[in-house]
Amino acid sequence: MAQLINLEAIYVMWLREMKRFFRAKSRIAGSLAMPFFFLAFLGTGFMNVRFSGMPPGVNYIDFLAPGVIGMILLFASLTAGISVLWDREFGFLKEIMVTPVSRVSIVLGRILGGVSTALIQGILILLISLGMGSKIVGIFGVLSSLVFMVLISAGFVGLGIAIASRMKDIHGFSLIMNFVIMPIFLLSGALFPLEGLPTWLIALAYIDPLTYGVDGLRGCLIGISHFNLLVDFLVLLCFCIVMVGIGAYLFEKTEVD
Amino acid sequence: MADAIEINGLTKVFDGLVAVDHVSINIAEGELFGLLGPNGAGKTTLIKMLATLLMPTSGTAKVSRYDVTKDPDKVRRCIGIIFQDPSLDNRLTGKENLDFHARMYGMDGELRKERMSEVLDLVELKDKANVLVENYSGGMKRRLEIARGLMHHPEVLFLDEPTLGLDPQTRRHIWEYIRNLNKKEDITIILTTHYIEEADYLCDRVAIIDYGKIVALDAPKNLKYSIGVDIISLEISNSADNFVAMLGKLKWIKKMKEHDGFLDLSVKNGETRIPELMNIAQKAGVVVQSVSLRKPTLEDVFLHYVGKTIREEETSVKDQVRERMRRRWHN
Ligand SMILES: Nc1ncnc2c1ncn2[C@@H]1O[C@H](COP(=O)(O)OP(=O)(O)OP(=O)(O)O)[C@@H](O)[C@H]1O
Ligand SMILES: [Mg+2]
Repeated sequence: MAQLINLEAIYVMWLREMKRFFRAKSRIAGSLAMPFFFLAFLGTGFMNVRFSGMPPGVNYIDFLAPGVIGMILLFASLTAGISVLWDREFGFLKEIMVTPVSRVSIVLGRILGGVSTALIQGILILLISLGMGSKIVGIFGVLSSLVFMVLISAGFVGLGIAIASRMKDIHGFSLIMNFVIMPIFLLSGALFPLEGLPTWLIALAYIDPLTYGVDGLRGCLIGISHFNLLVDFLVLLCFCIVMVGIGAYLFEKTEVD
Repeated sequence: MADAIEINGLTKVFDGLVAVDHVSINIAEGELFGLLGPNGAGKTTLIKMLATLLMPTSGTAKVSRYDVTKDPDKVRRCIGIIFQDPSLDNRLTGKENLDFHARMYGMDGELRKERMSEVLDLVELKDKANVLVENYSGGMKRRLEIARGLMHHPEVLFLDEPTLGLDPQTRRHIWEYIRNLNKKEDITIILTTHYIEEADYLCDRVAIIDYGKIVALDAPKNLKYSIGVDIISLEISNSADNFVAMLGKLKWIKKMKEHDGFLDLSVKNGETRIPELMNIAQKAGVVVQSVSLRKPTLEDVFLHYVGKTIREEETSVKDQVRERMRRRWHN
């Protein structure tokens, strides 16, 4: 039995993600651009629009900011998980898979790296939204929002790893972008309240894990949420555990050729 | 001595294509074993199954006494591998790639530094150690991969075309190092190669593999002996079609091969046949410019069993295409 939890290996996997992240400055700028434009243009454009179901006394930008943070977390963590595919493409996956490190440790290192980089981007967007005038309820809210950010990221890194472990090459990549990321994002209530939607869409939104993530972030940051925060937390926790489990399981099974 | 590797009826099928076909080999501890075969023979597939990266379709294999499907973790702890295809992280520096490897193999700080400097010296990359790998040339990347594979001194080391595309001088260095690892550190080594002279020079035993099957297996010396014939090489200036047709009727010519103005004939007791050949050449109106008689080389053995010569260009072209594909995806 290989040592299941190998701290050195987890550390070095994490270190690699961080180095790659900070070296790709243009990519960071690129991935921050979209949420930034969402905040800047949607935030001001819809400033005076009243969506049905919008909590009273809440500015659109305040409502939008947690949604956009959820968006960057989704994008960043799925991308980090799917980077398994890029490692496969460039051959580095072989190097990782042939080492005597348990698959569990490899997956944990990847998740830790993915969560760290997603968290950094999430916090940057939070700061930007504050700079743009969105209000938050206080420092405790910010701290508890970090818990939600971690859960969201870890769950979606897990999902990314699971998807990437099942794919042979990068050709299905845009398929995933369009059929996984966009529905998850648009159905999550990040841009508009769910209350106004037809029932069948609401049903879909309720099985979208990001819905609970965005709702939790909103509860923490602006003090208004659709569900009870504890419900958000528990649903996300389950999502996170299940996804990490599935990701680790499928990664364990993957072949490298 | 115990066997480092026991392969029994190992088979791998890729959607109908039998890449490795019931291969059975035992490799002794401390042996330097070579796999020689043309493109697509199944060398890499075989090695990947032994290295636990691919699941066999059927058959079994044990490496360092552990079964590759039942105990992959234990196998991984005993082996090292240098892959044929690129396997570096281009966004890390050379040193960081080595450091990653060393930590994954649980080497502690002192040993890590010592080995890193040792292998970087060997492949002469010390002054490039802190440069991002994406700025390395193809040969430098290859050397770094070799350095990395040699770092953790495993019990069994797999080298998949280790010196492909390297200049002769570097190749010589690597050969000496591989030899040393094998003899001084007692590491069992299995290498695949397209270079006949590499197999001949380095390997204790060589298996020739074609279409996934082992067609010959022995020490290079015995292999040469086994085809038991001399090679007469005729240098011919004009068209030889007529001549070739006439020779084709002769029973004592085991094999005939034309290449770049030469005609190679495999015959027994070559010395005694030369005069006869000269007569026939004259009748056919062919001008023979030179004749040489030689004992078979491993190249001839290969030709004998596989029916064609190993063509190195083929691989290098394929590798260049692969490398280019990868680059294109690299944003
Ligand atoms: N993942 C795969 N899916 C389908 N076919 C494969 C796969 N990997 C290898 N093959 C096929 O299996 C056969 C053996 O390939 P392999 O790479 O083992 O050959 P090789 O002896 O290493 O060749 P080379 O000298 O070119 O490296 C080839 O016909 C190849 O096309
Ligand atoms: Mg090969």
